[in-house]
Amino acid sequence: VAAIPARPQIIAHEVDRPRRGWITWLTTTDHKRIGILYLCTVLVFFVIGGVEALLMRIQLGTPENTFLTPEKYNEIMTMHGTTMIFLVIVPVWAGFANYFLPLMIGARDVAFPRLNAWSYWMYLFGGLALYASLFFTPPEAGWFSYVPLSLKDFTPSNGQEAWIYMVHLTGLSSVIGAINFIATIHNMRAPGMGWGRMPLFVWTILIYAYLIILALTSLAASVTMLLLDRNFGTSFFDPSDGGSALLWQHLFWFFGHPEVYILVLPAFGVWSEVLPVFARKPIFGYKAIAAATAGIAFLGMLVWAHHMFATPMSTVVLAFFMLSSFLIAVPTGVKIFNWVATLWRGTVEWRVPLLFSVGGIAAFLMGGITGIFLAVFPVDWQLTDTYFVVAHFHYTAFGASAFAMMAALYYWFPKMTGRMMSEGLGKVSFVLFFIGFHLTFLIQHSAGLDGMPRRIYEYSSSSGWEVQNLVSTIGAFVLALSVLLTIINVVRSLKKGTIAGADPWKANTLEWFTTSPPPENNFDVVPRVRSVEPMKDIRRQIERQTGVTQRFEAGKPMVNA
Amino acid sequence: MTGRVRGSRPYTADAVADVKTKTRRRVRVLAAALPVVALGALVLAPTASAGWFLPQSDGSPNADGIRTLYILIAILALVIFVGVEGLLIYSMIKFRARKGRVAAQIHGNTQLEIGWTVGAAAILIFLTVFTFVLLDDIKNPAASDIDANGDPVAAAHAQFASTDQPAAPGASMNIKVIGQQYSWNLQYPSIDDKRVYAYNTMYVPVGMTVTLDIESVDVAHSWWIPQLGGKMDAIPGYTNKSWFKIPLDAIPEGQDRVVYEGQCAELCGRNHANMLARVVGLRYDDWKAWYDDKAAQLQQAQDDAAAERKQIESQEGGR
Repeated sequence: VAAIPARPQIIAHEVDRPRRGWITWLTTTDHKRIGILYLCTVLVFFVIGGVEALLMRIQLGTPENTFLTPEKYNEIMTMHGTTMIFLVIVPVWAGFANYFLPLMIGARDVAFPRLNAWSYWMYLFGGLALYASLFFTPPEAGWFSYVPLSLKDFTPSNGQEAWIYMVHLTGLSSVIGAINFIATIHNMRAPGMGWGRMPLFVWTILIYAYLIILALTSLAASVTMLLLDRNFGTSFFDPSDGGSALLWQHLFWFFGHPEVYILVLPAFGVWSEVLPVFARKPIFGYKAIAAATAGIAFLGMLVWAHHMFATPMSTVVLAFFMLSSFLIAVPTGVKIFNWVATLWRGTVEWRVPLLFSVGGIAAFLMGGITGIFLAVFPVDWQLTDTYFVVAHFHYTAFGASAFAMMAALYYWFPKMTGRMMSEGLGKVSFVLFFIGFHLTFLIQHSAGLDGMPRRIYEYSSSSGWEVQNLVSTIGAFVLALSVLLTIINVVRSLKKGTIAGADPWKANTLEWFTTSPPPENNFDVVPRVRSVEPMKDIRRQIERQTGVTQRFEAGKPMVNA
Repeated sequence: MTGRVRGSRPYTADAVADVKTKTRRRVRVLAAALPVVALGALVLAPTASAGWFLPQSDGSPNADGIRTLYILIAILALVIFVGVEGLLIYSMIKFRARKGRVAAQIHGNTQLEIGWTVGAAAILIFLTVFTFVLLDDIKNPAASDIDANGDPVAAAHAQFASTDQPAAPGASMNIKVIGQQYSWNLQYPSIDDKRVYAYNTMYVPVGMTVTLDIESVDVAHSWWIPQLGGKMDAIPGYTNKSWFKIPLDAIPEGQDRVVYEGQCAELCGRNHANMLARVVGLRYDDWKAWYDDKAAQLQQAQDDAAAERKQIESQEGGR
């Protein structure tokens, strides 16, 4: 055995007094504070994006409505999609991962703290660049900015440039953040935490990070080509000058489909953390879930053209993308079965994080199933570009990601603030969220089947789409009310919530080993990790040594809230 | 032990039986309700306004094929949906935490994992096969029920499997559909050296297979008449293909036409919502009369324009 090298000694002569005040939030490189900055910014953009959705729903609530002009409608629609994708769901996982990834693997911080701060500020300025266009002309070519509509001939306003800069800034932010997460996960795990003992949320963030590097760099190249086409006389995409309008669609969806999994994989991670804690049972098939995550990510790179089934393509190509889209349903199905099996024979605590997780799984299943309809390309010829698709992707992006976002908030709020959120208010919010969500989006399948195309700012009263749209609009407001209740819950609980203690849920992973909120250095001691559920091991050990029951007993209240 | 209050009763055999019967009853109600709901949906589907549960059809064989495929997937989907959501709800209720219950510490089951992986794959293989069985009828133009002169022909059964849309067997009519912000330019085939074009409303003879060459002169559009089958994008620089055939008997008794409505399905600018399209099916003789009349009108308009130009020129020359 080689001799253990002596540790370098650090002698402190003087300790800087901790700085206080708002300026420390601007200069911080602490992953927890950056995480909170991310989450607060996300909340602001989530509310803005939600208000945009409400404006659209008001416009579509009645036929031949004149609430919005076609121009305003297209602008708001573009801003809504862009905001929710680039400024809400991608960064919300960056926010939660920032806060919890180092804690869950027992690290002091992320690998590159200053780079981490830069990531956040790039994200913020990307959002500001997009929203600065409100003072001029916002983009109006939709969140996937199809050419030639997004070329200068058809969209002369500089809103499109604002959109491009936003993609560049937030894209760079995400890529740098992803490099940071990957470096942290590969190098800074607690002693004993091999790949097979890493929390599943960390697994999904690892895969999310790799996907970001593959997909967002490709998008950065594509939007640069668009910028050149618009301003510097190139014609990558201009068919009148030898370019190809389809090239953009292929390039965009080559980013766009992996992006879907960037949005949803961390949601799977959240559910895989929350379910075992509240079912009081180990996750069923840990390895299968981790492998399925990697499988989904790999297959997710091979399905992009299923967004383009109605474009000129030969049958061979159509069939390939149908089959690859089918394949992806297999690992996804495996995950859903594993989650159900995790609840099976457990003792399921109906707490708010669990309710949001199970509600999310139920909605995601629906989104997955409608995805099968859309993967069959002849059926897709009827359904694509209709409200059926709008319903489908909201069942995945909202049903999975937003439900998981709420679950993560209720689950981790006690760790971030040291206080519990109100359980009662949370349950009311969940019920409204669930009802509002299905009210808004379920009936949109019918609108699509009945021939209502997406992205229309009005429809005639003879179309027969009034009922579907009115119901959907009412649902959207129920949803908004629910989000409002959760925001009230957050604000109220910050001051008045029950003190949580280090581990209010009796959870499984290392973030619950430290105090709530954790000190700046996270851990004074990092325990040796012996399983996927280190906290369970620790409780068992204490039980053995002290004889005092540590494990959770079903039916006993945890921390009252 | 039996004398204790109900709420704190431990997990005795009696309590287990009690809970079991109760849950069983609850599950039975649930199990009874689900097929009823499922059946209700299926029964309602054709009767309720068609678009609520199924894609539109009845205007053309390819739309009917898509509808058949949709129904098959819907049945499979419904079984999976009800099964999995049922399991989810069941385990939420059945295994809800109560005092004295202990969670089983199960880490996994390899056989089960393999089982549901193979099961999911099997369902998808079945769907793939079924899709390809139906694909030819959806993708390849059917034979017309009438010939080029409008006379009925015996039904032909030739079908082709090919990577691109083949020509229809027998007579067919090719119309060029050119999308532009915010209207559809429709160019008819030349008959007897006449040239006919129109905008937005496409007149076709019923029973004739109509093949479409879909193009665009500015941004991307998408041609879609729901009852006549799937949509196809109009992308500048490319030619996309589609087809439809309105059945001979589609025109109601005592009427002279059948009308199908649709609109552009790809965001093409501010007036995207108003880029409407319509296909009108006429009996062959009516259609021929319309065609000849339209050709004459266009010829007349051209002659008038030429005369006007000549007049303007002569006026300017005389000045």
